[in-house]
Amino acid sequence: MRTRHAGAAALAALTALTLAACGGSDVGGEGGGDETGGAGGGDTIKIGIKFDQPGLGYQDGSEYTGFDTDVARYVADKLGYSEDQIEWVEAPSANRETMLQTGQVDMIFATYSITDERKEQVAFAGPYFIAGQDLLVAEDNTDITGPETLEGKNLCSVTGSTSAQRIKDEYAEGVQLVERPGYAECVTALTAGQVDAVTTDDIILAGLAAQPANKGKVKVVGAPFSEENYGVGLPQDNDRCEDINAAITEMIDDGSWEEAVTSNTEGTGYTPNADLNPPTPDACA
Amino acid sequence: MGDFLSQFGELFAIYDVPAAFWVNIQLTFWAAIFSLILGTVLALMRISPIASLQWAGAAYVNILRNTPLTVIMTFLFLAVWTQLQITLSDDFAQNFFRFGVIGLTVYHAAFVCEAIRSGVNTVPLGQAEAARAIGLSFLPAARLIILPQAFRGAIAPLGNTLIALLKNSTVAVAVSVSTETSTLMREMIESNANYIYAIFMIFAIGFAVLVIPIGLLTTFLSNRLAVRR
Repeated sequence: MRTRHAGAAALAALTALTLAACGGSDVGGEGGGDETGGAGGGDTIKIGIKFDQPGLGYQDGSEYTGFDTDVARYVADKLGYSEDQIEWVEAPSANRETMLQTGQVDMIFATYSITDERKEQVAFAGPYFIAGQDLLVAEDNTDITGPETLEGKNLCSVTGSTSAQRIKDEYAEGVQLVERPGYAECVTALTAGQVDAVTTDDIILAGLAAQPANKGKVKVVGAPFSEENYGVGLPQDNDRCEDINAAITEMIDDGSWEEAVTSNTEGTGYTPNADLNPPTPDACA
Repeated sequence: MGDFLSQFGELFAIYDVPAAFWVNIQLTFWAAIFSLILGTVLALMRISPIASLQWAGAAYVNILRNTPLTVIMTFLFLAVWTQLQITLSDDFAQNFFRFGVIGLTVYHAAFVCEAIRSGVNTVPLGQAEAARAIGLSFLPAARLIILPQAFRGAIAPLGNTLIALLKNSTVAVAVSVSTETSTLMREMIESNANYIYAIFMIFAIGFAVLVIPIGLLTTFLSNRLAVRR
């Protein structure tokens, strides 16, 4: 009898959870549907960001910090949403297109490179930043100066990104690859000396180097060898693209853009590729 | 529909999907062999008359069975490889593949042990008593009398474990085995999100094609080889 009671309780709990889950997604779906207007009175806006990339999109307790969130706040403000009307949603790389298509988020600022394949699924405003693939190495390392110098070295990147494979194919065939689920684990392997370099976009590396735990231990090489246009991901039937581009231009012109870059990469000596930054937003499709 | 099929064609042209599945099959193959050996040893410990061995076997099974596989894999990577700097091969790909096999082996050995023990329970007690009566000690009795019957009774649960092992081989990504299917799937979604449904179908069908024959075969064998009593 005792076990039957426990079983019933467990079943009830499970049912409640399932129902709660359904309820949550329903509410989310409706919210995405009726928010089409530009200016939002009492509405909220759902913005997708990364939660695990220090310096770009990072959840620090109840705070959200990083360059992506700073740009998102500025743009949201210009669209008529104050800070407390922003609902931050985690947007992992693999889910970004789906989240925009199903209305789980209204826009995405999550190191989202503009590519032709993605344009078939979603629309982009921006770019608001042009990053480039770069290398992160130990502070006292002097022999790694670019991708060609990685021959025979150990290189770490994130699972499912093509950045490490690109180095192997195009620059240094003898490089040994390690793939981790997150960049933080790559940096752990780097500081432990098991890998010689970590590769991804330069601003992501700078954000990692700026973490208190890594300060003074690692540095960004500073020789970017690709061009990644970070755009604002939007659903295809949006009417916000032009307003967002105007907001980005304004942010660059009034100096807040520069300030956001500097404050998020402070102490790492990182400067964005000056030939390409700050960018001019492309025309909306 | 034709459009959908052309997406498959395009994805297969860009990505080497069979190679990724082949890595999972190899992981499964080696881990299945090693976990069968380790699992049999553990089962012997658990049914042995020596209390300390019983205890050690039970402790292993309960600890490993209740630890998430991802945690085991991450432990192998972060603790064993990164911090203790234990390397199994100078070639990284080979090194991580071996770690992957170890992780899958230690985890599934616990399940194999329990499957074999359930097989042991199908052997009537009289068999063990008869073995003892003709003068066989524990190990010869287990080797000649108990285990041959136990394996034949344990085929269905062992098949279940094999199916779980095949699907769990994708978790090897946590120890940086970067050529297997779940990595490839992420890579495909990252650069070809426009074909998301085709990508999903490739991996869903791929695993079904691998798993269903295992299920059919073990069901067939468990009927065929069962000891009729």
